[in-house]
Amino acid sequence: MSDTASDTLDFPHRHLLGIEGLSPDEITLLLDRSESYVEQNRQADKKKSTLRGRTIFNLFFEASTRTRTSFELAGKRLGGDVINMSVATSAVKKGETLIDTAMTLNAMHPDVLVVRHPDSGAVNLLAEKVNCAVINGGDGAHEHPTQALLDALTIRRRKGRLSGLLVAICGDVLHSRVARSNIHLLNTMGARVRVVAPKTLVPTAAERLGVEVFDDMNAGLADCDIVMMLRLQSERMDGNFFPSIREYFHFFGLDYEKLGNAKEDALIMHPGPMNRGVEIDSEVADDYGRSAIREQVEMGVAVRMACLEILTRTGSETAQGNP
Amino acid sequence: MAIKPKQPLGRIAYINARLMDPASGLDVKGALLTDGEVIADFGAHLFTDGVPEGMATVDCQGHCLSPGLVDMRAQLREPGDEHKGTLASDGRAATAGGVTSLVCLPNTQPVIDDMSVVEFVARRARLLGLAKVYPYGAVTRGLEGQELAEMGMLAEAGALAFTDAVKAVADAQIMRRALSYAATFGLMIIEHPEEPTLAAGGDMNAGETATRLGLSGIPRQAEVIIVERDIHLAELTGGRIHFAHISTAQALDAVRRAKTRGLAVTCDTAPPYFALNEIEIGDYRTFAKLSPPLRAEDDRVAVIEALKDGTIDSIASDHTPQDEDAKRLPFAQAAFGGVGLETLLAITLELYHNAHLSLNETLRLITAAPANLLGLAAGRLKKGAAADLIVFDPDRGWKVNADNLLSKSKNSPFDGRPVQGRVIRTVVDGRTVFQLED
Repeated sequence: MSDTASDTLDFPHRHLLGIEGLSPDEITLLLDRSESYVEQNRQADKKKSTLRGRTIFNLFFEASTRTRTSFELAGKRLGGDVINMSVATSAVKKGETLIDTAMTLNAMHPDVLVVRHPDSGAVNLLAEKVNCAVINGGDGAHEHPTQALLDALTIRRRKGRLSGLLVAICGDVLHSRVARSNIHLLNTMGARVRVVAPKTLVPTAAERLGVEVFDDMNAGLADCDIVMMLRLQSERMDGNFFPSIREYFHFFGLDYEKLGNAKEDALIMHPGPMNRGVEIDSEVADDYGRSAIREQVEMGVAVRMACLEILTRTGSETAQGNP
Repeated sequence: MAIKPKQPLGRIAYINARLMDPASGLDVKGALLTDGEVIADFGAHLFTDGVPEGMATVDCQGHCLSPGLVDMRAQLREPGDEHKGTLASDGRAATAGGVTSLVCLPNTQPVIDDMSVVEFVARRARLLGLAKVYPYGAVTRGLEGQELAEMGMLAEAGALAFTDAVKAVADAQIMRRALSYAATFGLMIIEHPEEPTLAAGGDMNAGETATRLGLSGIPRQAEVIIVERDIHLAELTGGRIHFAHISTAQALDAVRRAKTRGLAVTCDTAPPYFALNEIEIGDYRTFAKLSPPLRAEDDRVAVIEALKDGTIDSIASDHTPQDEDAKRLPFAQAAFGGVGLETLLAITLELYHNAHLSLNETLRLITAAPANLLGLAAGRLKKGAAADLIVFDPDRGWKVNADNLLSKSKNSPFDGRPVQGRVIRTVVDGRTVFQLED
């Protein structure tokens, strides 16, 4: 990994719709820029004027607290104007289509649209219709690129590298955009990825994404450097994927006993919000020595600042060409 | 039944035996020695110079000494329906039939969809000291076909595999998830292959006989549709499917094709389906009302062919106790099912007597084959293994008489049938638990 990538390379994409297709250099560029914001966010004076005059819409078609707040904070710390639109207050409820909404917002000349949508591919569709940069804030079970970047930043800061690490992504992989983005990023950066879940929660042909599939936690966690737990997304389950919470926790919940199979210094991660006693034992989640869960939230702001800055940097030229 | 305290066992010599071990193909004159609860030694070489003085001896009088039978499908009525059968009454029926290990269906009351019921059944049976009883767990809660049962924890408590007992899992998506989830724990799902909407309201096999009798029919297609569906779902999920009591030629063709393609699909049948056909219903005999229904003669012949060519992996009794109140009814109102523990050996031996299979091949279908399917350490003669044994005479003739059966329910479809092959002694964990009275 080159520390100077950010100085020599521009980010060649107009949008950040997913991790799949990004090169190692592009990911490194984003992570390096993010790193520079971590320190800034720890100062008393956190505000810069990098995005002064720029307008960012947070367009959320699905409930979110942390991602939306994180983007809002990132935009404001860079001096931009941030407008939050959630589905409850938008025209979508009145029957407007996704594309109509996009065209309406586009007419207001935003510089960045941060979009979250419950349907996979909806953010890509919207990106085709607007003249500004679009950041995917999570679409269905497809991608959540800024989450993967903040996870990578957290790992890189703790372990000093991504390449060569053994990462277990555990739990509801089937419904998880976080898992997909992380699989793409970690594979691109040379880590080894396992997914560990009951077979009902592993998507068809998962191994084709370049992961090893395990259905036993003890075997799946063996010798891992990173244990990444996923939230059980009950709201996306249109039926029965496992019999009960107690059985799920018994076999797939992360507790100290199962964690004992991982490396002694294995890092525990969770994208939040956590279901304590479902996919993760409270004791483990709150283990400050091993759990990076709070750090992940901190890195989230830095990563989103970097993404906003980099995309407005490149996006401004395109925007000038399309008045 | 009073539970007797167990006396300490010493060494017991079984001499003058025809040793039969279907797993290894052994068939020699010889002897066997048990030490406590296990088999210490066996073979032609044993006790050729006589039995040491003072050692307890059982003279097998030249009869067959083989592993006890393993019955992979029996309905027990305890807990919940003790008027139809108890663990004690069906345990005695099992040992009289030479069955030393049986696997019971989860359709008790309460349903075996909870660890505590698994443990209750296993503990009660253990205290009785008759046949060993292993439960299957439910696939879905309450056998309702909607929500998955806690298969992982049921397996930890001792459930050998999963089935919704006498119902198919009707919803294809739930069956898909069930197969997938069970595979997480490496366990098998056993399907009662009958499409419920096609079978609804049916009393017997659809066809000429049903039409003449004015009874509504269950088409054979009800079986093949679920068999085909589940083969595809097993392929999709990597799950392990086993079909219980296959009764039709079409379903057997489907299983045969799946096996040819190398899929991990297995099936069993039950004695009525290779020994009887729908004509048995005759004048509305409700003892011949079974589920699946007795089929046509060409199906019966196809079942025998499938037993010969290995398409069918094993034979189970499909023991289904029903009391008189459930059977002494107009045919359409009578309950399905027949008792089978005490006739399993004799009816299965018809395959040998009719020269379809050798004696060891026949025995294998009710010993080592089902034990292998379920991963049970049973059904074979092996040093150090539990001494679960039977002494039987494959040729002795007798007549099935429902009134003489030891099971509490007497609903045998074989009532009145002259048969050949009788259990003389049954041994579980080195103890004689049944001895034929002459």
